Amino acid sequence: MDPILSVRDLRTEFATGAGVARAVNGVSFDVMPGHVLGLVGESGSGKSVTGFSLIGLVDAPGRIVGGSVRHRGRELVGLPQSELRALRGKEIAMIFQDPMMTLNPVLKIGTQMIETVLAHDPVSRQEARERARAALGKVGIASPDERLDAYPHQFSGGMRQRVAIAIAFLHRPSLIIADEPTTALDVTIQSQILSEMQTLARQEQTAVIWISHDLSIVSGLADNVAVMYAGRIVEHGPVADVLTRPLHPYAQGLIASVPGAQMRGRRLAQIDGMAPSLLALPAGCAFRPRCVMAQAICEAEPPVQAPATGRMVRCVLPVRDEVAA
Amino acid sequence: MTSFLARRLLQSAFVLFAMSVLVFVGIFAIGNPVDVLISPEATQADRQRIVESLGLDRSLIEQYVSFVRGVFDGDFGKSFVFKISAIGLILDRMPATLELAVSAMVLSILIGLPLGMLAGMHPDSFLGRSIMAGSIVGFSMPTFWVGLILILVFAVYLGWLPSTGRGETVTVLGIRWSFLTLDGLAHLILPAFNLALFKISLVIRLTRAGMRDALASDYVRYAIAKGLYPRRVVMVHALKNILIPLVTVLGLEFGSVIAFAIVTETIFAWPGTGKLIIESISVLDRPVIVAYLMVIVLMFVTINLIVDITYSILDPRIRIGGATS
Repeated sequence: MDPILSVRDLRTEFATGAGVARAVNGVSFDVMPGHVLGLVGESGSGKSVTGFSLIGLVDAPGRIVGGSVRHRGRELVGLPQSELRALRGKEIAMIFQDPMMTLNPVLKIGTQMIETVLAHDPVSRQEARERARAALGKVGIASPDERLDAYPHQFSGGMRQRVAIAIAFLHRPSLIIADEPTTALDVTIQSQILSEMQTLARQEQTAVIWISHDLSIVSGLADNVAVMYAGRIVEHGPVADVLTRPLHPYAQGLIASVPGAQMRGRRLAQIDGMAPSLLALPAGCAFRPRCVMAQAICEAEPPVQAPATGRMVRCVLPVRDEVAA
Repeated sequence: MTSFLARRLLQSAFVLFAMSVLVFVGIFAIGNPVDVLISPEATQADRQRIVESLGLDRSLIEQYVSFVRGVFDGDFGKSFVFKISAIGLILDRMPATLELAVSAMVLSILIGLPLGMLAGMHPDSFLGRSIMAGSIVGFSMPTFWVGLILILVFAVYLGWLPSTGRGETVTVLGIRWSFLTLDGLAHLILPAFNLALFKISLVIRLTRAGMRDALASDYVRYAIAKGLYPRRVVMVHALKNILIPLVTVLGLEFGSVIAFAIVTETIFAWPGTGKLIIESISVLDRPVIVAYLMVIVLMFVTINLIVDITYSILDPRIRIGGATS
């Protein structure tokens, strides 16, 4: 099976007054049709910029300086804006973190849905409205006809995110990039939205890149997970493998810091130190200053190891036998 | 909505009352019209007769009470100079001023909005910088000087446009209008542009700032991510949000346009209220001054009300009465 999206050595930089910030520094991954890839990392790791870079949505002073993004074999990097526009929302849709900020406050929900239909399909307004109505019904919004005439502020946070999901699925895209779509919601709504998303993606055979800092969400949702640190993917593999047997010291620290039931009464583990400034990345492995296992050799560029099929780790440490076996 | 209107009308009535007291007392403090109106050669008896006929022999409070009584009958007193109803005099001149003020507002939007949008979309381009430089010039040049230069260039050197008066007028609904005839329109252009210049600069700056904010906002990024055409992103998603502050400021500025019209009307010999009030002040024609100020206050109050209502139409989040479904 060919991947729906194939990213190779993607580099996005922000030219700031203080220097060049390498927000995405050579990222590579594949997304298979209908699969969910979890892209995890802490704030500033470049996971969101990676998501935006995929569809050319990086605002100045940021720009993609290298690499390749192929969607169904077609190169997207360097594609003219008019062709990217035709792709956005149609083939690759996005869901943002806070729908309070992303839905336009002065336009009716119906308007914002209908315009999305009309931007890509030459249908009548009535038909577009009908499709919008059906899409709202699908994500579990009651009396969708009335809700089309409501404004975003008349919806609750969870409802707004359902609207965003409905908009994302309007054109049955082959890929949805979801940038922390549940972060702004409370936990019960979070799980509802997650299962909604999961069901729809499965139904429509839509691949999803789920960007999150929350490992527990990704563990229940993703097929594969990629852990980002300082603009790079440091570990990548099937979600069950990565979460149970992380190889990279950063991934190990990240997973150890998730509170679990068996840790009751114990201090939470944490990774010492702070993520490095993207303006002044240390030579070699960017995690080296915080790594408990750092050695002199870490000052050189860390090698990429592939200990098992579908697994990747960017570290000099020898891969433990149990994984290789 | 009804209770909102009732509340606002009550407030307006109070403002009018307070203003009438202020104006009355203020006008008393400026000087005695008797010194200006009556020739120094007049005999003491003549003098006494005139003072009594104008009611100037009575106390301030007596004069105010009889003024208020008159107002309820629609009578603001007779002009000392013209010997006719002061309010009639003003209402007779008002259409000319309104015509000038409205033309100036329309010009400021027609010219300022597109230029401001361009400057906001291309802030670092030569065009964007030129527009901003131009708006600074528009801000800093005094109205009277610009008016003189306009007359010098377009009326004296080039001879394209007339420099004084309203030109040929057409009577519609009992009121004379200049903008309905070609000659009247030619007479209107220079004074309207002169009056608009400051507002054009204001609109440019407001629009540019709003545009830059809007273009950096999440809802615009989301609109792009949905694959909307750039035209729709700017003209609908960004513009509709910019209009909210713009309408507020322009609405409130409308009052000041009428006030500024005094200078422009004087320079272009435009027979409006501005010219009338300047003449009335110089001869201390109290009834005309009081009536003029009351009309202006009434206009400000009305404009504010209209702005509030328009605002609520543009921004669904502040629908008056707070009725949200």
